[in-house]
Amino acid sequence: MKEQLESIRDRALQELGHTGDLQELEKIRVNYLGKKGELTAILKQMGGLSPEERPVIGQLANQVREQIEEGIQSRADTLKQQALARQLAAETIDVTLPGKPCRRGAKHPLSIVLDEIQEIFIGMGFEIVQGPEVELDYYNFEALNLPKDHPARDTQDTFYISDNVVLRTQTSPVQIRTMEKQKPPIRIISPGRVYRSDAVDATHSPLFHQIEGLVVDKGITFADLKGTLETFIKRLYGEDSVVRFRPHHFPFTEPSAEVDVQCFNCKGQGCRLCKNEGWIEILGCGMVHPQVLRNCGIDPEEYTGFALGMGLERVVMRRYTIDDLRLFYENDVRFLQQF
Amino acid sequence: MNLSMKWLQEFVDIQMEPREFSEAMTLSGSKVEGFETEGAEIQKVVVAKVLSIEPHPNADSLVVCQVDVGAGQPIQIVTGASNLKPGDVVPAALDGATLPGGVKIKKGKLRGEESNGMLCSLGELGLSGGDFPFAVEDGIFVLDSECSQTLGQPIQDAIGLNDVKVEFEITSNRPDCFSVIGLAREAAATFDKELHLHSPKVKAGHGSCDGMLQISIEAPDLCSLYSARVVKNVRVKPSPRWMRERLRAMGVRPINNIVDITNYVMLEYGQPMHAFDLRFIEDGTIRVRRAEPGETITTLDGVDRTLTGKNLVIADAKKPIAIAGVMGGEYSGILDDTTTIVLESACFHWASVRTTARDQGMRTDASSRYEKGLDYHNCLPALERACELIEMLDAGDVLDGVLMDDKSVDNHHSLPLEAGWINRFLHLSLSEEEMKAILQKLGCTFDGDTVHVPTYRPDLVSKADIAEEIARFYGYNRIPTTGLTGSAQGKYSPRQKFDAAISQTLLGLGLSEIVTYSFLSPKSYDKIAMPKDCPLRRSVTISNPLGEDTSILRTVALPSMLDTLARNYNGRNEEAALFELACEYRPMEGQELPEEKTAIVGGMYGKGFDFFVLKGIVEELLRALSVPECEWEADPGAYSYHPGRCARITAGGETLGIVGQIHPLVAENYGMACPVYAFSLDAEGLFRHAQPQKTYRPLPKFPAVTRDLALICDESLPVRTLEKAMQRAGGKLLESIQLFDVYQGEQIEAGKKSVAFRLSLRSLEETLTDEQANQVVNKMMRELEKEGAVLRS
Repeated sequence: MKEQLESIRDRALQELGHTGDLQELEKIRVNYLGKKGELTAILKQMGGLSPEERPVIGQLANQVREQIEEGIQSRADTLKQQALARQLAAETIDVTLPGKPCRRGAKHPLSIVLDEIQEIFIGMGFEIVQGPEVELDYYNFEALNLPKDHPARDTQDTFYISDNVVLRTQTSPVQIRTMEKQKPPIRIISPGRVYRSDAVDATHSPLFHQIEGLVVDKGITFADLKGTLETFIKRLYGEDSVVRFRPHHFPFTEPSAEVDVQCFNCKGQGCRLCKNEGWIEILGCGMVHPQVLRNCGIDPEEYTGFALGMGLERVVMRRYTIDDLRLFYENDVRFLQQF
Repeated sequence: MNLSMKWLQEFVDIQMEPREFSEAMTLSGSKVEGFETEGAEIQKVVVAKVLSIEPHPNADSLVVCQVDVGAGQPIQIVTGASNLKPGDVVPAALDGATLPGGVKIKKGKLRGEESNGMLCSLGELGLSGGDFPFAVEDGIFVLDSECSQTLGQPIQDAIGLNDVKVEFEITSNRPDCFSVIGLAREAAATFDKELHLHSPKVKAGHGSCDGMLQISIEAPDLCSLYSARVVKNVRVKPSPRWMRERLRAMGVRPINNIVDITNYVMLEYGQPMHAFDLRFIEDGTIRVRRAEPGETITTLDGVDRTLTGKNLVIADAKKPIAIAGVMGGEYSGILDDTTTIVLESACFHWASVRTTARDQGMRTDASSRYEKGLDYHNCLPALERACELIEMLDAGDVLDGVLMDDKSVDNHHSLPLEAGWINRFLHLSLSEEEMKAILQKLGCTFDGDTVHVPTYRPDLVSKADIAEEIARFYGYNRIPTTGLTGSAQGKYSPRQKFDAAISQTLLGLGLSEIVTYSFLSPKSYDKIAMPKDCPLRRSVTISNPLGEDTSILRTVALPSMLDTLARNYNGRNEEAALFELACEYRPMEGQELPEEKTAIVGGMYGKGFDFFVLKGIVEELLRALSVPECEWEADPGAYSYHPGRCARITAGGETLGIVGQIHPLVAENYGMACPVYAFSLDAEGLFRHAQPQKTYRPLPKFPAVTRDLALICDESLPVRTLEKAMQRAGGKLLESIQLFDVYQGEQIEAGKKSVAFRLSLRSLEETLTDEQANQVVNKMMRELEKEGAVLRS
């Protein structure tokens, strides 16, 4: 009986080695270990054994069962692995084929940079205020020390709706409206569309965007203006930016300044980008003119303030080396998707 | 304005490179736009003497010259000019020379004769007849005794073509800087140098002008002072080289001595001058008056002009002889037979000159100065200077006396020097003396703490103005920088956050952001098929537009979107999906300013887009913005859109937007031959309906029961109607309805459709039994039957 058991084991293990799939394996299990299997048949004969032989053969029979079960299990694992490997091999794809498009939309470059500028000012405690684009002459000009026939009005070719209503030429009227409504302290920026009657070409557009800022409080100084703008410029253009302030004239600020940043292309040596000047003008600013404060009902003896203004398009053009302003308003998707 | 550095030297001693000068002037407030050395383009052109002239053996039109170029051996140059004779001193461009415009001169053979350079004309040196009136313009430039005759000397030095021109941007508050003296004063203060001013001296002594002219200012609001002197025996001829050079460097063409003197004084003093021929002033009367409406004058440029009561004129007894401060009349100028002239130096009001120059469409050197506002105190010194120059140039005999009408109001003004305030304002700690030293250089005088401002600086009226002068010359860049103190909260407003969420969502859904002009052509409304009587056609209209295309502001932004889609389509972009947060401008009855609304406008074309893709995008946007419970209903009446593929979105009865396929005819108007989809939503409306406040709902504890319902109904019955019926009946137990099939065709009666839904029913309190679920479904079926739907058998 011992020989029979060993022979069953050897045959079973040998057959296992030849099985090609799980069904065959199951057949083997049934043949040997099933209710009508060979091993089961042997075990049924155990009753005829002597009491001495019974435990020995019983033990051996259990061993044989375990060995066959193990063999089946291990063969099953191998077969599964092989099947998986075949499946994976069959499923292999060319991962260099292009992905299925699942495209985000592209943010307009003007918005990208405007958002960045807004974030910088918000970080410095500014709020964002908007105002009408179709504006009263009073807010666009008169309250800003630009009475009718003022020579400086010449430099701002204005679109008129009526004698009294214009398309704002700057976002400064928002400052006036804010000062009329809100008591200092005031810390705002006003971004938005402005209009000048310039025909469209690579560097001119009848519509463009400005960002203006206004701070009014007790004890605001020219040094605060300089410090705030320097911080802003370094955040926008990098900590190593070199900034200079140059006297200028705006009717609504006194003293007034224009701010240049050293050409980041040539580091001040002079190149095409900076028209050989070594500096690039980026914004205008100044201390709010006392009369402008008075026009808004703010006492210039008690409060001082500063204002700043910059064009958005030029900042964006320099950042991405865009050489034609028209691209912003043509909105070709091949342009938009570059940013 | 251009500044001649040679001229500047007369008033202030500046010895430095133009770049250094420009940089310092820019930083003290006189912005330099650029500088240029005259004749810089000319190289290797020297003074030469013609020794001999022989005919060319092979060409009748050429001659062969032996020329001494100061280099020992004479050289041979062939020329075609016929105005030369031996002994003439001329400019010779040597082998390798460069002329203006980059022309290179090389030696070579001309019709077989060697030529080692080129003899130059005025034009070839970039000059014109006005610069050297004695020279012939169509021949070789023969230097006269005014020019250096040193052979071999660079031609620029010999003829004075070596000035440096610095171009300044003069701001509108500084009319005084539209003059050499004004800029010299700034330069002297910038470099801390002495300013050498000159007091003109007129000898006169040729009899008195008394009674020759009666001057009266009849519009004292527009003319504060009118002065004149009379010059007889005028000798019109070219002015000397130094004067011509300076005029040229400043960009003014030399004409003759009288005209040049008036221009010279204008440039030097900033005071425009005018010269009249006394013969043409009728009745010896000069009236400074407003023009009669409709009055006409032919100006010096030969144009007939009709005047209005806004225009100030200089008139004689009968007619206008000049438009004040702008341009003289035809007969008032200097003619060849002019013998006696009246030199005018007057102060006209800036606003009047500006209006007149603009209305008449003629801006002149004079008007551009007047319209910035001039100081009447400058009139007499300028007049004296002109007369001094007339005597210096021997251009005529100046008569004694000044004819004048003075209606000026004293414009001297003073203000206290508030040093403490200025120091706090600028964050400086300068002494009063240091401040005074700066102001003194600008012409201020003092009386204790009182600053007397010079009359040519009417812009200095407040302590802030004084602070600017201190800051400019102390140096803006030396002033410290400080940060803002005090607490302030920077933040976006809820509405700004809402708009940002719109952008972010649409970007995430694959739409790209565009920025378009606010302008439209009125024809755009036709292109989008807006009915003729639609109130939205009433637009904000620009009274001075650049063109018809940009003459109104859009009341709807759809045309801007369609224009952009069409541009992309024409650019062969296969697809585009775009959006804009677009401002729309709606005129309001009884209000001066229009309402400015933000519309969310989307548009797309290309493969993969259809109405339901569009609707899915809008639905997701509404979800992202927390705008719940919007109704979608078919809107066959929306112009611009396909009548069968357009939906109106409403909430609480308020229209929030339109979504649909663009009407094929409208698409065709934009040249697009493919389906185009668009939506337009009212951002304000969505903001009002948004419910950003969320409340947590517990996750379900009990299982849901699902039921599939297949219904048959008329094909025209909107699915939404069926859904509403089910919602009415389903109550709280109806968790969701999901449409999974709409079918028409075989097995379905014509004109009908099959619609299949999967319902999910759930109770929060218990596990629903089949019976409970069936009850709900039966109730739903009763509602559905009322709408005309039956179960599909």
